[in-house]
Amino acid sequence: MSRLSSDRIPWALIVFVIGLSVPWVGSRYDTFLATQIAIYALFALSLNLLLGMTGLVSFGHVAYFGIGAYVCGILMKTLGVPFIVAFPAAGLGAGAFALVFGYFCVRLTKIYFAMLTLAFSQIVWAVCFKWNTVTGGDQGLPEVPFPDLGWMSAIPGTGHFRISEYFYLLTLILVMLCVAALRRIGQSPFGRVLTTIRENPERAAFIGVNVRGYELAAFTVAGVFAGFSGALFGIFNRGVFADYVFWSKSADVMIMAILGGMNHFWGPAIGAAVLTLLNQQITSYTEYWPFVLGTILVVLLFAFPGGILGALDAGWTRLTHRRGLPTQRNA
Amino acid sequence: MLEVSALRKTFAGFVAVSDVSFSVGTQQIAAVIGPNGAGKSTLFNLITGHLRPDSGQVTLDGRDITGVLPHQICRMGIGRSFQRTNIFPRLSVFENVQAAYLIHRGRGTNYWSRSSTFYHDDVEVLLTQIGLRDSARALAGTLSYGNQKQLELGLALASDPALLLLDEPTAGMSATETHDTIRLIERIAGERALTLLFTEHDMDVVFSIAQKIAVLHQGRLIADGAPQEVRGDPEVRRVYLGEH
Amino acid sequence: MNLSFLFSQFMGGLTAAMFLFLIASGLSLIFGVLRVLNFAHGSFYMLGAYLAWQIVHWLALGGANFWLATIGAAAGIAILGGIIERLLFRFLYGREELYQLLFTYALVLILGDAAKFTWGTQQLSVSRPAILNGGVEVLATTVPYYNLFIIAVGPLIALGVWLMLTRTPLGRMVRAAALDREMLSALGANVGWLYTGMFMLSAALAGLAGALVTPIQSIVPGMDVEIIVQAFIVVVIGGLGSFWGTFWGSVLYGQVLSFGILIFPGFSLFSVFALMAVILIIRPWGLFGRPIR
Repeated sequence: MSRLSSDRIPWALIVFVIGLSVPWVGSRYDTFLATQIAIYALFALSLNLLLGMTGLVSFGHVAYFGIGAYVCGILMKTLGVPFIVAFPAAGLGAGAFALVFGYFCVRLTKIYFAMLTLAFSQIVWAVCFKWNTVTGGDQGLPEVPFPDLGWMSAIPGTGHFRISEYFYLLTLILVMLCVAALRRIGQSPFGRVLTTIRENPERAAFIGVNVRGYELAAFTVAGVFAGFSGALFGIFNRGVFADYVFWSKSADVMIMAILGGMNHFWGPAIGAAVLTLLNQQITSYTEYWPFVLGTILVVLLFAFPGGILGALDAGWTRLTHRRGLPTQRNA
Repeated sequence: MLEVSALRKTFAGFVAVSDVSFSVGTQQIAAVIGPNGAGKSTLFNLITGHLRPDSGQVTLDGRDITGVLPHQICRMGIGRSFQRTNIFPRLSVFENVQAAYLIHRGRGTNYWSRSSTFYHDDVEVLLTQIGLRDSARALAGTLSYGNQKQLELGLALASDPALLLLDEPTAGMSATETHDTIRLIERIAGERALTLLFTEHDMDVVFSIAQKIAVLHQGRLIADGAPQEVRGDPEVRRVYLGEH
Repeated sequence: MNLSFLFSQFMGGLTAAMFLFLIASGLSLIFGVLRVLNFAHGSFYMLGAYLAWQIVHWLALGGANFWLATIGAAAGIAILGGIIERLLFRFLYGREELYQLLFTYALVLILGDAAKFTWGTQQLSVSRPAILNGGVEVLATTVPYYNLFIIAVGPLIALGVWLMLTRTPLGRMVRAAALDREMLSALGANVGWLYTGMFMLSAALAGLAGALVTPIQSIVPGMDVEIIVQAFIVVVIGGLGSFWGTFWGSVLYGQVLSFGILIFPGFSLFSVFALMAVILIIRPWGLFGRPIR
């Protein structure tokens, strides 16, 4: 079990409390950033169910993010459906597509699997880009409304809050619930089976695992949570646009997962935070963010393949002279 | 218990297994031997569903299991170890075996409970049986070769098989390790009333525990019977004396 | 919809196909050897185009400009590829494929910005070599000579590479290295330099393609990303590791692109991804590919 896991120190709780305090303690901009981080953290954690846990490299994960965003956005903006219905619908919609696409993808392995996930993802992008009547085409869906958060003004001390700050609190709570669910799933017998697939799919089959079936299940679950993060993003971003479904966003979220450390549960969340903050900082100085990102990635791959948490873990081990800790997440 | 009839498998013109038929009785210990390239691993792969035969049949207790998928074959009570050690390297020894139990007992679809608490006692018992209890917390990938092979045996046993297929269980082992492994296998086979089918290069091993030996050469079965008969069979001697 | 129109669409598709084949063959080559889909292949292509423009810019001669620039670009990119492989990429061999893939993606990011930094964001172009100006009239439509040149040269170059791979001792070593690197090394072959050489050849092909495209297309940032996705599709449709698969994949792609616009106006974006999805569903390993173990 990783020394950094939540069993000794309740990291999750600490982070949650800090997160909750942001609208009071920080500026409006801080809240803006925190919302973005929370959403991307969920997105990256959902990807890691596939990447770090099952060993499935998906290049098309953004499709489900995008579907969630469009479903929620269309329901709320075009059809006036309340958030409390639109949000679960977004997850279900994304999950349904993940189930269908995933069915074909899991028949393949390795690079073919990755390419088919990419193909489906680009098909989703192309449809979103072109289907003017439903998705707004290349104009997208601007001005997705905020949910009705009037009831939140009952919370003490929030008199001066704008709606974006209320929305941040809602986002934080929803994200933490989703993350808790993901953690639970990861620690369950189902999660254990997924790790066997990652370690040795052939052997897994010969202890009785229907590898394709489990991969499809993981793919679908990951899709559902990506959809939830997308739904939140659409509202946060004040609009849903096709370029958020382009495949380079799949690469971005994968980099987040690896930056934080795909062998630890919280790695992707940390990667999301670090990358978002870095992005904000660096784009204010230069337009050459891709160059910086590429360089970070190269350094990661060569020097810190375990990501930030991997490096911290290794460093801690060296400090305390303990034997190498397991680098899998599910313990 | 296991019956293989007229199995044939060709790979792009190369005949790997040709018209092989034999059977293994319940609780019998049987061995398949033959020079390298004789088709032993292919035969195993055909039995366990990793390959489909071009023709022929595999039956388990009268049930036709030809071409059934590996994960289903496993559930039918056949366990297998592989030639190259096949374990889950970044999981601990405990988790390796526990995973096998989780699947075997149908808990794989449990999305909610904490897996760490499941089958603790059963895993400990099995680990003790195969002699790895002290390494329970170690990562499987860090074990010595011999220990990894023991773990693999454990994985095969966790599915509570009635028939165990072992592909070169003592490959790469020293004389002592080989001896220990064979004693272990014999003991477990006795304790669990297993039927055993294994392949081996080490003739001492084969003749010390096999009750029935099948000899493959270039994909064909050239002898099949009790150790004494096989030992005396002229064609077997020619094949082995010519090559060994 | 008349014959002339169909023919011009067909020729358009064929030009695009042969052009893409030239690019994709390099990608296929490097996959065959290194088992990695090189995202940065598109970047080499783009840099080849920029380099060709740069050379034309420097040598303000007449006539032979274009050809010199093309050769120069191919050579330059080959050297770049060699440097990247020797100094960086080869340390990732034996690691998980995901890491190698991500490294090539990192290169896309870095090289893309490097190009932007050096040449800015304006569109650049290179004029056709005088010798290939004009076109020929066929079926009431004009087929530019340059396009015919591409249709001829693309397959020719790729055929040359294929012949090298299959008929020469060097080619045999490359294919052996793809199957079992350690074995080949044990036999005394210098596998390291073999890999470097292949990487350079693949980069050269991309750079050459980039240089050759400059008269037909303007050089813009983003052309690296655009082309690499198309090249991926072509290679995957054809079947990874199959050279002729890449050829037929390119042909199929070119025609689907050409005629897809007619069937689904505005859906040309979508038609090629749909093509890849359909093929991977029906033939999971591509048209001519074999299952990857």
